[in-house]
Amino acid sequence: MLTFQIPYLAVAGLIIIGLYAVLFKRNLIKMIIGITLIESGVNLFLITLSFREGSVAPIYTADATQGTLMSLPVPQALTLTSIVIGVAVLALMLTLVIHIYRHYGTLDVRKIKEDDN
Amino acid sequence: MFEDLLTHAPALIVAIPLLGAFLTPLVGKINDKLRNIFAIIIVALNSFIILLLSYNILAHESVKLAPDLVKNGVQTYIFGAQSANYPVARIIFEVDGLNAYMIILGAILPLAAIIYSWSFMKDETGQDKYYTLMLLLTAGMLGMMMTGDLFNFFVFLEITSIASAALIAYRTNNKFSVQAAFKYIVISTIGALFFLFAIAILYGQYNALNMAVLANSIQYGLLEKIAFVLFVVALAMKAGIAPMHMWLPGAYGRAPASVTLIVMGTTLGSFYGLLRIGFTVYGEHLISGTNLSIALGWMLVGLAILTIFVGVLMALRQNDFKKMIGFAAVAEIGYMLLAFGAALASVYQDTAGAVAFSPEGVTALRGGMFHILNDALDIGLLFLVAGAIYYVSKESSLNKLGGLARNLKYTTIFFVIGMVAVSGLPPLNGFASKLMIYQSTYAINPILAIVAILASILLLAVFVKVFYAAFLGPKLPKFDKVKEVPISMLIGMLILACIIIFIGLFPNLVVENVVQPAVDALQAVLDNTNNYIAAVLGGA
Repeated sequence: MLTFQIPYLAVAGLIIIGLYAVLFKRNLIKMIIGITLIESGVNLFLITLSFREGSVAPIYTADATQGTLMSLPVPQALTLTSIVIGVAVLALMLTLVIHIYRHYGTLDVRKIKEDDN
Repeated sequence: MFEDLLTHAPALIVAIPLLGAFLTPLVGKINDKLRNIFAIIIVALNSFIILLLSYNILAHESVKLAPDLVKNGVQTYIFGAQSANYPVARIIFEVDGLNAYMIILGAILPLAAIIYSWSFMKDETGQDKYYTLMLLLTAGMLGMMMTGDLFNFFVFLEITSIASAALIAYRTNNKFSVQAAFKYIVISTIGALFFLFAIAILYGQYNALNMAVLANSIQYGLLEKIAFVLFVVALAMKAGIAPMHMWLPGAYGRAPASVTLIVMGTTLGSFYGLLRIGFTVYGEHLISGTNLSIALGWMLVGLAILTIFVGVLMALRQNDFKKMIGFAAVAEIGYMLLAFGAALASVYQDTAGAVAFSPEGVTALRGGMFHILNDALDIGLLFLVAGAIYYVSKESSLNKLGGLARNLKYTTIFFVIGMVAVSGLPPLNGFASKLMIYQSTYAINPILAIVAILASILLLAVFVKVFYAAFLGPKLPKFDKVKEVPISMLIGMLILACIIIFIGLFPNLVVENVVQPAVDALQAVLDNTNNYIAAVLGGA
């Protein structure tokens, strides 16, 4: 039974490491890496949910006909959407980091001046 | 006559701005003026369809344009499999009283913002991208307010995050706007990922993504509670509820004023998401009059008081005009939360076991719901005024402004309207909704009403300070040549000001015809047949 728990443990691990990076790392790039780790964890969770023991990919072929146990297709579609969105967000975040670096000459959050007027 | 249009209205309302967004750069290749006209036409057309759809749902049965489309106050639009046998192979847009009320914001705010942009953005570079993103943001906001599918809600949430972060950083030469945009995208991405995680938990349990289907079968076990907490955290982050408000004043304050107007719409869209998940998906278990639900209500009230105080007190010590309005916006969100929290705390179970909102609770719901619209209009108008001042003076720090009332007559009038409305003075709309919140919270606990009134007075103090610093006082030589802002910006402000005055003069009319159906939709959670759920599952 333990083998079925491993993906969930990986999900928990990825999300916790990601949150740690976002909360405690001081380099903006490392924070972004943290966010992508959280995202990977959530995507892995979705994919894991779709798996059924002994199932095949949800495509009708000569071997897999009606009645064959297939993993659920919906979470896979969701994951695909979520990955695409993730790429867009990642690109935008990195663009903003480039601009921040141009303005401040650093990526250290402690050295970036707070916006108090 | 409008039957065909209304049948497809829910899809069109998202599709038109989406299509317009990607056509805008092409039109911009021809001519800048043509592109601006094109954007205005797209948004105006969209507003027209939104108002038709809202009218058709909110109006009384006998005066509906297409009564057949609306069953028990709910209109559905199905993408994908028409048959209910394939519940996961379809996405449903559902528009009930609450949605119809929220999308009115999507009709007013983008129209004012796009018209305002004509002159406001005239001298900026990259206007093609600006209009594309504005229309994309509009599409995302409207999608959020209409979808009946949780994953679809997530997608629209992310569309709004990406578009608004790019727009907040529009003036990339200002380091603070880039910083605010980065803060915003980090917060909203993490929020959205929490949201997706919660969706996955619910999907794993119920094999469904549709809110109505989930609401019908949801239990209240440990996993559902975890999912609920994740939903609330994610949406509260996006809605700017203290202590997760820190991105909001910066993002509102540093974005161009016309952008702020629509970003505010998405913030209220997230607030709508909170209501939908709290009252519909989890409604049966949350709104139950048990000790737990009452405790939750009081917890919301506590958060609301915190939000109001943080907003007002931080606004008092700001020197930057736009950030000050940003903190006032935080306080206004606190008022809505206060009303809904108080309503939840007033739910009781009578001796026969029936659950009901107390009369004060219903007033609180009505006040809170009404305040959503009023907040968007009042704060929106103030931001447009702040934008106008920035446009003529290139300044938003109060220390460097002064004596502008001499040269900006109309803008000053609009500012006074916004100031009176936002601080809840009669006879404008802010007074109408805040009075309902005061009345109801006074009956539930007098201290709440006292706090709310006190905060309103402080808000007035904040804006009187602005009025004095920016508009009155001695003439400053550097502003001698300042002229009244161009006509398009005046029209943008005029639209909002007219609606504010109209609502202020006829609050009863608006509450009975527009707000009440939305409140009924929320209260439907206590009925035996919730129309929102029945519309998807049929019969039930």
